Amino acid sequence: MEPTDGPLIRARNLTKRFDAVAAVDGVDFDVWPGEAFGFLGPNGAGKTSTMRMIACASPVTAGELTVIGMDPRTEASAIKARLGVVPQQDNLDVEITVEENLLMYARYFDIPRNVAARRTKELLEFVQLGERRRSEVEPLSGGMKRRLTIARALINEPDVILLDEPTTGLDPQARHAIWDRLYRLKRRGATLLLTTHYMDEAEQLCDRLVIMDKGRIVAEGSPRDLIARYSTREVLELRLHDDVRAGLHGQLDGLAERVQELPDRVQLYVADGERTLEQVRARGVPLVSALVRRATLEDVFLRLTGHTLVD
Amino acid sequence: MTGLLRVVQRNLIVYRRVWRGSLFSSFLQPTMYLLAMGLGIGALVDRTAAALPGDVAFLDFLAPGLLAAACMQTATFESSWPVLGKIRWDRTYDAILATPLGVGDIVRGELAWVALRLTTVAGAFTIVMALFDVPRSWTTLLAIPAAVLTGVAFSAPVLAFAARRSVVSGSNSFNTMFRFVITPLFLFSGVFFPIERLPALLQAAAWGTPLFHGVALVRGLVLGSFESWIWLVHLGYLLVMLAVGYVAALWMFRRRLHA
Repeated sequence: MEPTDGPLIRARNLTKRFDAVAAVDGVDFDVWPGEAFGFLGPNGAGKTSTMRMIACASPVTAGELTVIGMDPRTEASAIKARLGVVPQQDNLDVEITVEENLLMYARYFDIPRNVAARRTKELLEFVQLGERRRSEVEPLSGGMKRRLTIARALINEPDVILLDEPTTGLDPQARHAIWDRLYRLKRRGATLLLTTHYMDEAEQLCDRLVIMDKGRIVAEGSPRDLIARYSTREVLELRLHDDVRAGLHGQLDGLAERVQELPDRVQLYVADGERTLEQVRARGVPLVSALVRRATLEDVFLRLTGHTLVD
Repeated sequence: MTGLLRVVQRNLIVYRRVWRGSLFSSFLQPTMYLLAMGLGIGALVDRTAAALPGDVAFLDFLAPGLLAAACMQTATFESSWPVLGKIRWDRTYDAILATPLGVGDIVRGELAWVALRLTTVAGAFTIVMALFDVPRSWTTLLAIPAAVLTGVAFSAPVLAFAARRSVVSGSNSFNTMFRFVITPLFLFSGVFFPIERLPALLQAAAWGTPLFHGVALVRGLVLGSFESWIWLVHLGYLLVMLAVGYVAALWMFRRRLHA
């Protein structure tokens, strides 16, 4: 039962079908104690279904799944006692106050009242909601509700924290506030499991991640590994007038390791973007604009699946 | 067992904000009904020759029937919109299911909650009945659990109904349920007049409906008028309805919340 010498979560050929549709189509992964592990992929990739199976919220259709050494089919209650869940859609109890949300949640875990009261106070400070503790849930902003949901997920001092799209729908400031809290959790040694379709979120938070598309895992590694393995260091983005683009006839050939045509731009995968840009200019290609940037997980995703993460 | 208690506890925290008004109306409702219908209409009814079973006054006939009906109404309401809200709009149950609690704890907890609410409703009603000098027997005390059972037996299938997937028009289905099930039951289950007044076919139909059995059971206990084993039939009917409703609610909740 003690997870010290094995993975906290282990999936082999894990499958989830809804009627005939395979939402998760035979995935393998291990999550180790203390790491931040991510599922990166577009909507409908099967990330949430995977999360819900791990959280014992949805039955496994086929394959193997072990969570903290236990089987979700038979030991759901014991597993859930040691998980912290931040779902995609906030499901705070809107009929009770901010503070009562944490206190009541603690009761569901059978946490003694005095311990619950202490943790509630600490957690509300941690997510910067101490002053709103007597407030109703409804008037809180989206970012505050998310933070409260995170605090609620920590009430049982979980072994693993599951975060499904933790910052989707939040403004940039609120996102950074969430990331900041999650960093702090990481530094304390928490095991985080998160899904996201934001590559910047995955790059910033995940030690290791899997890229999912259409129910399958298409690649696995650390953000840096994945970029090194599937992309060049830099990317030159060119925007061209449509008629120019139509009449290119191979003028960009031989300049890049790989050329990716997108509806609004052409991306050249190269080691040195500035140098390539000079070469493009030297060939006399008229540009609307050009941009050199570092390669990201978005480029990895594009390379592996042929489509973009967020459309 | 603790899981069930947690769900009750959660509802209690919410209820704490409205308990004064709720308790007040638990007393006010029966008082108004018994004043208007019992004394008002009763004064007219009791002057006519048509005697009620056991030769009781109309007020005495009516009050226990209303008690059973009040429990039905409170129970069906508590198990409809508030439960749909927790399934669909607020996702309260999803949050609870992320803790060690399971679907069974939620269903049993909601039923226990309804039973607790009904105990206050039936208790208040019985006090009001006593003030109107209705009870004829010590078994009136047993009428409280009998009325609670009547309500909970309704609550279970309504929980199952609330968890259907087709809840896009959920609130509409509830309106239909209240209009075409609850109201007719209220009117034709022997609350206001003995069902012997109905045509034979409707009488037979009344025997098939649950409120009739609840009313008969509660009335018999309040008036101390059971002379045979017939009360066992009423009790059995309600217990079977509760058991079937409970299994259906478990199945529907599992399908809805654990897919």
